[in-house]
Amino acid sequence: MSEHGEAHGTQPAHATTGTYLRIALILVMITLIEVGVFYVPAFQGVLVPVLLVLSAVKFTLVVMFYMHLKFDNRFFAFLFGGPLLLGFAVVVSLLLIFYGAVRLRTGT
Amino acid sequence: MTHASTHTSGAHRTSMGLDSRKLAFWAFIGSECLLFGSLIATYLVYKGRSLVGPYPHEILNIPFTSFSTFDLLMSSLAMVLALAAVQRGDMKRGKIWLFVTALLGLIFLGGQFWEFSHFVHEGLGLTTNLFGSTFYVLTGTHGAHVTVGVIWLLTLWIQALRGKLGPQNALTVEITGLYWHFVDVVWIVIFTVVYLIQ
Repeated sequence: MSEHGEAHGTQPAHATTGTYLRIALILVMITLIEVGVFYVPAFQGVLVPVLLVLSAVKFTLVVMFYMHLKFDNRFFAFLFGGPLLLGFAVVVSLLLIFYGAVRLRTGT
Repeated sequence: MTHASTHTSGAHRTSMGLDSRKLAFWAFIGSECLLFGSLIATYLVYKGRSLVGPYPHEILNIPFTSFSTFDLLMSSLAMVLALAAVQRGDMKRGKIWLFVTALLGLIFLGGQFWEFSHFVHEGLGLTTNLFGSTFYVLTGTHGAHVTVGVIWLLTLWIQALRGKLGPQNALTVEITGLYWHFVDVVWIVIFTVVYLIQ
């Protein structure tokens, strides 16, 4: 439906005000959970994966609902998602190269 | 991309039926992903490699930064409410939400200024250690983006006050919103990677 609307020059369907408020509430709750998890010693073992997942959920909610990628033309998602994956690949590659080099140097 | 038609608001449409300004702006945001990806990668590579203090766990203030995160999330909410108001022609609310978004952005910048000043006072400069260098470059680049966003929002707000912004300019407000939300999602990542995962 959204693509159809774009192609004919009309505004694509967006979320309602109620949806925006619910998303904001979810974002705030996730942030509170993140900070809570940070301070609870029992979570220290799984802190990194839990925080990364929670952060990814917040990221996705903002991009899909506030940036309207859920309702907009899929080509915009491709324009954003492609470089985003490349950026993620840059992060992972640099970490692998750096820690690989450190392990080679130290022999560990 | 060729210009297939011209929208009534003056926006050019490509042969795919997409607005060319919006298309170009999404491409710009894509390039920004690579910029921040490189900065975050550099921060992670040098994480825990500082030979002298102050170290992150000694000076990072999680409650304060949590408030800054809350502030930026609320500014994103204000931005979508501003866009929704402008799209339905409710310029009274549109002006209010645009101003609230800019104000929340200014509060975030004030917090970042206070945080940087506090860190410098604690002995963490740009060249003190690897943490200082990567931290200031990453969060400073983000802060520069927030500054541009605030100026952009205030410009729109002034235009709205003068009656030069209406529903016909909804796309301009939407593109401003895309930039502002991108700044928000970058902070979501920075808050986790820099502040919470120490």
